[in-house]
Amino acid sequence: MINFGPVAFTTPWLLLGLLILPILWLLLRAVPPAPIRRRFPGVTLLLGLTDNTSQTDRTPWWLLLLRLIAIATIITAFSGPVFNPNEETPSNGPLLILVDGTWADAHDWPLRINRIGATLSKAARNGRTAALVMLTDLPPEAPIFKDAQTVQQRVSTLQPYPYAPNVEALNDWTDSLIGTFDTFWISDGLARDSRPALLAALETHGTVTAFESPSPVLGLRTAQLENDNVTVTVLRATTGIETETTVTAIGLDPAGVKRHLSSTIATFGATASHTTATFDLPSELRNRITRFEIQGVRSAGAVTLTDDALKRREVALLAGAIDREALDLLSPLHYLEQALIPTAELIGGTLGDVLLANPEVIILADVATLTVIEADTMLKWVENGGLLVRFAGPLLAASDISRIDQDPLMPVRLRIGGRSIGGAMSWGEPKVLAPFPASSPFFGLTIPKDVEITAQVMAQPDPTLAQRVIAQLADGTPLVTRKSAGTGSIVLFHVTANAEWSTLPLSGLFVQMLERLAVSTRPSAPTVEGLIGTTWMPQDVLDAFGELSRADTLPNVDGEAIATATPSAIMLPGLYVGEDRSIAINVIEGNNVLTRAVWPAHIAVQGLDVVRETLLKGWLLAIALIIITTDIFASLALSGRLRNAPVTIMVTALFTLMIVPQAKAQNDNFAIAATANVMLAYVVTGDIQIDEMSDAGLYGLSNTLFQRTSIEPAIPVGIDLEADELAFFPFIYWPITAEQQLPTRETYAKLNRYLRSGGMILFDTRDADLARFGSSSPEGRKLQEIARGLDIPALEPIPQDHILTRTFYLLQNFPGRYPSRDVWVESAPADVNLSEGMPFRDLNDGVTPVVIGGNDWAAAWATDRQGNPLVPIGRGMAGERQREIALRFGVNLIMHVLTGNYKSDQVHVPALLERLSQ
Amino acid sequence: MMEAPLSLRLGAETLTAPFPPLLAEAEHLAEAVIVGDHGRRRAGMGDTFWQYRAAQNHDEIRSIDWRRSARSDAQFIQDKEWQIAQTILMWVDQSASMSFTSLKNGTTKRARARTLALATAILLLRGGERVGLTGNQLPPRRGEVQVTQMATMLSKDNTEDFGTPDATGMLSNSRTLLVSDFMGNLAGIETAMARAADSNVRGAMIQILDPAEEAFPFDGRTIFESMSGTIQHETLKARDLRDRYLDRLAHRKDRLASLASQAGWQFHTHHTSTPAASALLWIYTALERRA
Repeated sequence: MINFGPVAFTTPWLLLGLLILPILWLLLRAVPPAPIRRRFPGVTLLLGLTDNTSQTDRTPWWLLLLRLIAIATIITAFSGPVFNPNEETPSNGPLLILVDGTWADAHDWPLRINRIGATLSKAARNGRTAALVMLTDLPPEAPIFKDAQTVQQRVSTLQPYPYAPNVEALNDWTDSLIGTFDTFWISDGLARDSRPALLAALETHGTVTAFESPSPVLGLRTAQLENDNVTVTVLRATTGIETETTVTAIGLDPAGVKRHLSSTIATFGATASHTTATFDLPSELRNRITRFEIQGVRSAGAVTLTDDALKRREVALLAGAIDREALDLLSPLHYLEQALIPTAELIGGTLGDVLLANPEVIILADVATLTVIEADTMLKWVENGGLLVRFAGPLLAASDISRIDQDPLMPVRLRIGGRSIGGAMSWGEPKVLAPFPASSPFFGLTIPKDVEITAQVMAQPDPTLAQRVIAQLADGTPLVTRKSAGTGSIVLFHVTANAEWSTLPLSGLFVQMLERLAVSTRPSAPTVEGLIGTTWMPQDVLDAFGELSRADTLPNVDGEAIATATPSAIMLPGLYVGEDRSIAINVIEGNNVLTRAVWPAHIAVQGLDVVRETLLKGWLLAIALIIITTDIFASLALSGRLRNAPVTIMVTALFTLMIVPQAKAQNDNFAIAATANVMLAYVVTGDIQIDEMSDAGLYGLSNTLFQRTSIEPAIPVGIDLEADELAFFPFIYWPITAEQQLPTRETYAKLNRYLRSGGMILFDTRDADLARFGSSSPEGRKLQEIARGLDIPALEPIPQDHILTRTFYLLQNFPGRYPSRDVWVESAPADVNLSEGMPFRDLNDGVTPVVIGGNDWAAAWATDRQGNPLVPIGRGMAGERQREIALRFGVNLIMHVLTGNYKSDQVHVPALLERLSQ
Repeated sequence: MMEAPLSLRLGAETLTAPFPPLLAEAEHLAEAVIVGDHGRRRAGMGDTFWQYRAAQNHDEIRSIDWRRSARSDAQFIQDKEWQIAQTILMWVDQSASMSFTSLKNGTTKRARARTLALATAILLLRGGERVGLTGNQLPPRRGEVQVTQMATMLSKDNTEDFGTPDATGMLSNSRTLLVSDFMGNLAGIETAMARAADSNVRGAMIQILDPAEEAFPFDGRTIFESMSGTIQHETLKARDLRDRYLDRLAHRKDRLASLASQAGWQFHTHHTSTPAASALLWIYTALERRA
């Protein structure tokens, strides 16, 4: 190695190659650039013209210089120049490199590896022997000093561990040390009880030098739940300046993708060694959190995993359709809500919305039937681990669900009707509960004496019934049954969730039973006694860098170890799963704090960064490459080739290659047009004739409304069910054709939302001349297919006192082109009776979501834009009368859609007037 | 480049469409004039009635139409419609140098020359003139068939480097159209022009040039070759030659223009990058011009 100032060369003899440069100069000068051959008819005009100058037959001097510089750079590069060569006075004797190797090392581990590497290379150059020991992975015997080169091979495989050194093993190892050696201690910067003893022992064998990283060590304590907020304590070992750290909550989104769910900035005061980060999150989001991280710190200490302790279970409550006219004093959900509110997050809403939130538990109180799509989704949810709890009730007892075949969403088959006991009209006493069997989850609960069952649904005797019963009455009839489905389970209480059928919901037992079913469980912290004898399976474990990995291959851990909550080689930090809960073991246990290691004054402490030798070879080669590239362009320019179209295009393309983001313009015109006025809509079937007829029909009806009523609709529109928003239209006319496509799943969801939120669809099979309603015309069959996925309530033919008969005109017939009387609407509740002296029943229900018939109303309503009817109806004056009645029906229908039961409420007017006059 | 006669004719017909029938002015020398049946829409020699006009002093008495004059006090003369056909011969350079192009759309000088010549022929034939090719290749005839035959003849390429105008077969007192890049030896052109002038042939020369030949956009060390590769010229710095080349080109154009004006011809330079219609318009007016 020859030194020139700060630069040295490893293979200086290669520099002799620079001597060939003058020869190259001569050679390159003699070779001019190759000519281009061009076809050119004007050559005759060129003949005899000579070049003015003769300079370009030789390479220009600047191009030559460029090439020579490139070659000189390459030669110099290969002669191995080194910047800042390390030249220190060698010391000899064995060298022990001691690494803490804990999680606190992890955030700048590559730097530490570099430092070890540099120390070992120097030791190798000086011919010293060396040994490398990591305190978290102690060798069984005293260090064996080997050639430093050999030791260096181990360095790259060195990895820190996510736990602190084991004190006992460390003491044993310290005792085994023999001989004289110097020590480099790569410290992780944290104070530990074992440190002074080890330092004292090492000093008896030789000098000790410590290396410490200047970057601060940060840590996170286990997250706590306080007043519905999650707080995470951030710790630091070095105090003195005010700093900010960002703590991020990470979890899975509904699609199962890991995401940053939230982040908070925690600020350390100048002297504070800890601070807290507070997360105010909705419980849905909070339950998704799997861990918290300090952003930008790659260390297991900067990660804290969450377990069940942070979660509140989400419980969805759904009641059956409430279709009674009486005031609702006995809400089926009241007792459930009271029992669950203190411990669980309650969710309400439609089943579709609820399933999207993916709750742990869904409780259906007296819900009999679900649509096929809902049932499918529900079953999938149960099989993925959901708990479905159903309560019986009058609706369930009256329905045919699980009667003949066992419903997938019911644990047992049911007998017709159920039974009533202990009432005025029945024999026997109200039944009491039998003690819970040992196999039941309710085993051990004391049964209050006053719990009495007066009515229940009965399970059909069955070979599987016995094992599904988890609670029964004193006479042996099942009260609570359960079955598993996939990884979830389905539980049926054979009584109501309110106090109608039993006093169970009134008792404390009800709350305890829900708790035992893990409906409302709020796990308490595990106690040492509770953990003894249990076995925990590691699910995910952390490495020192804070990365989670699956722990399928790791052995189970005893409860005693879990109770200490101190991570070690046999119990890595991570998530441990027990029988019914999971526990997170984090690197920083309990309320531990981080303290900076303090070294005695006589120990030299160095930072990690050292002046490294810089090899210049790569840089020089890169420079040579740039020069050669420049030379290529210069040569091209000289020979006139640079103006070639392909080259120019390529270069231009490289510079102009840009991705222009396409702004997607949202067209709101449809929404504005549809909502500016009341607008009747029809479903575009794809059959042009029928669509034109629908359009003309609604146009005629709109005109009639405009003339006769205060409804002033705009020109009707055809809507595409798949693409268009339905919520803008109060009324949709849907002519059924046999060739129609079935709506897609998303469209069904949209239609159901539309029907539930007060929209009305008039289904018209247009076949009343050929078929009776429900009989098998192709359109009728298509309607049945379409309606299967729709949330359509029970129907009945329009009764004489239906609101549609008197919203504007008094009508009893609802003809269109055909005068069939088969027009069906939502049926009235069965328990409403005609009061004496009243012309019609007192029905204060909402708008019927569907009207179904086959009278081809659009044809009867249809007019052209001048108002002339398009389709002949009937014969003569009778036909015209039929058209008039059809129009009146249309007016009544739209009035009903827009005003609801206003006309029905008019019945109370005399009573109200009378009360006012008093 | 062999161009199918059909597509050549199609291109020429398209170009012709906007023009009124082009009629070359007939020279009044008796030998060359063959009276045709196509009226010139003006009074002159012919068989068909054109108009009555009042007799002037210079009119011979025998030419007075007495039948018409008897119906009034003045004397009238019956004019006949002028019916004369002219003979136009064409020479189109088919040589290799005409196949050069520097354009993106690949329009060669040759293609442009052929289209122009055939378009002119179609116009003339529509006007009742007689059109042919020089060099006794295609004697002047009239009628649609001549267009087809001409298209066939014009579709034949020539392999020699530069074309020399063929003055044989030129009828005296006829008209001639020469289409070429005139890059070849000037002596040949001069000879042909001299022969043409001897037999009192008038006409037009149109020089078709590529934009590259006008701009000389070359640079660096280059060997220039003629299209067949027989003539070569090497330069080390093509850019230096540009000015001198352009001088020579301008000189040549001047020479051609003076040749033309001496013989009473018209001369024009057309570039393949400009629309063909402008060149056709020029030919139209050049052939229309009275000598």
